[in-house]
Amino acid sequence: MLLVLWQAAAGTGLLPERLLPAPTTIASTGLDLIRDGTLPDAISVSVRRAAVGFLLGAAAGVGLAVLAGLSRLGEHAVDPLMQMLRALPLFGLIPLFILWFGIGETPKVALVALGVAFPLYLNTFSGIRGVDGRLAEVADVLRLGRWGLVRHIVLPGALPQALVGLRQSLGIAWLALIVAEQINASSGLGFMINNAREFLRTDVVVLGLVVYAALGLLTDALVRLLERRALTWRKGFPV
Amino acid sequence: MAQGLPGVTERTDPPAAAAARPVVRVRGLTRRFGERAVLDGADLDIDRGEFVALLGRSGSGKSTLLRALAGLDRDTGGELSVDGTVAVAFQEPRLVPWKRVRANVTLGLRGPDPRAAADRALAEVGLTERGDAWPLTLSGGEAQRASLARALVREPDLLLLDEPFSALDALTRITMHRLVSDLWERHRPGILLVTHDVDEALLLADRVLVLDGGAIAHESRVGLDRPRRRDHPDLTALRAALLAQLGVTPEEGTA
Repeated sequence: MLLVLWQAAAGTGLLPERLLPAPTTIASTGLDLIRDGTLPDAISVSVRRAAVGFLLGAAAGVGLAVLAGLSRLGEHAVDPLMQMLRALPLFGLIPLFILWFGIGETPKVALVALGVAFPLYLNTFSGIRGVDGRLAEVADVLRLGRWGLVRHIVLPGALPQALVGLRQSLGIAWLALIVAEQINASSGLGFMINNAREFLRTDVVVLGLVVYAALGLLTDALVRLLERRALTWRKGFPV
Repeated sequence: MAQGLPGVTERTDPPAAAAARPVVRVRGLTRRFGERAVLDGADLDIDRGEFVALLGRSGSGKSTLLRALAGLDRDTGGELSVDGTVAVAFQEPRLVPWKRVRANVTLGLRGPDPRAAADRALAEVGLTERGDAWPLTLSGGEAQRASLARALVREPDLLLLDEPFSALDALTRITMHRLVSDLWERHRPGILLVTHDVDEALLLADRVLVLDGGAIAHESRVGLDRPRRRDHPDLTALRAALLAQLGVTPEEGTA
């Protein structure tokens, strides 16, 4: 419906081509850019940045949460630091990251990793601490041992909350990537968009935004699929 | 039947005495929560294969004693020894919700074929069909039976039951009484059943204890054959005595 209105407005000249091109124009631009390889290259560069940053950030966030969640010593060592760092504005760090890491891949990946780490850390930590103490007693009575307690009770018990963190962190991962790619990039979707702006190619800019949105929706759908499979034990969970 | 009371039974035959070493021996057990001594010099023996019920008003320390025997509370004073393996069924079944029923039963189970052992235990409690179910889909009675299977599959020398039937409806409770009685006859673990239900204690146990003032204040033996009838005249008399110990007059108790 919206697409039809949009197409009609563009067709009748109500919506100037320079502000917002017709959906058909964008689609044909997309096809052109796929054919000449520009779009696939840009997507693969951006997805790689997001994936590497996400994996690093997720490993750090979950790893630190397990460390802090499972022992008082770990909590005292990790949690105050994380709470302090959390207060820093993520995008305010960009100038610092450029000074530290230059303008290559590193500052982009680092920004994504940092953005991902915090929601995963906070949710996993609170998930671990929220595990029912009565189940820990069951583990004690069943002689599961320390590792058995962690494996059978603590980690699965923290999973629902950790998955909430995962969804938040994926949202932040794409956001951080978009911002990082706007500021300095010589490849990737952000570069493609910036480049198009200089040549007033609104169609390419809009196409880039559509691709960003599609990637975000795709990863969100993946997490929902994961949730559905991992949390079937929850009563009333829609399967 | 072996006699569990120290000082009452004379053991003349040393090998027999060694064989009859009690599965639980508690002397002068104390447990304080702040200033309050919940347990204050409690003594308790449970013979191998003996079914003991522990009554007491709420807050009398019944569950504290059970938790000490289960090894869940180590901040106790006095002497406590449990000779053999222990299993516990709690008031809430405490099944691990993200493990299917069978996986709950095999959790922490060592041995050649845990799965087959779990299936046998589930069959014994009448849950053969529910092995693949998620715990949250079970009814209260089914969950409690799964919890019993999880305890029994370990073939414990001592089975601790912490008010396991108190959250069940009256009809389910009657079925569960019969089930526990049957399971005990078949496997003969020593059992400590903590309950506030005098009838339940009289129907099931060889010996009924009342915990009051932090120690065992009263003991009754129930010598009747099983299954017992609730309205047996001997039980009526015992019930009145126990209720009096718990500070309830018989009229109130039957009302």
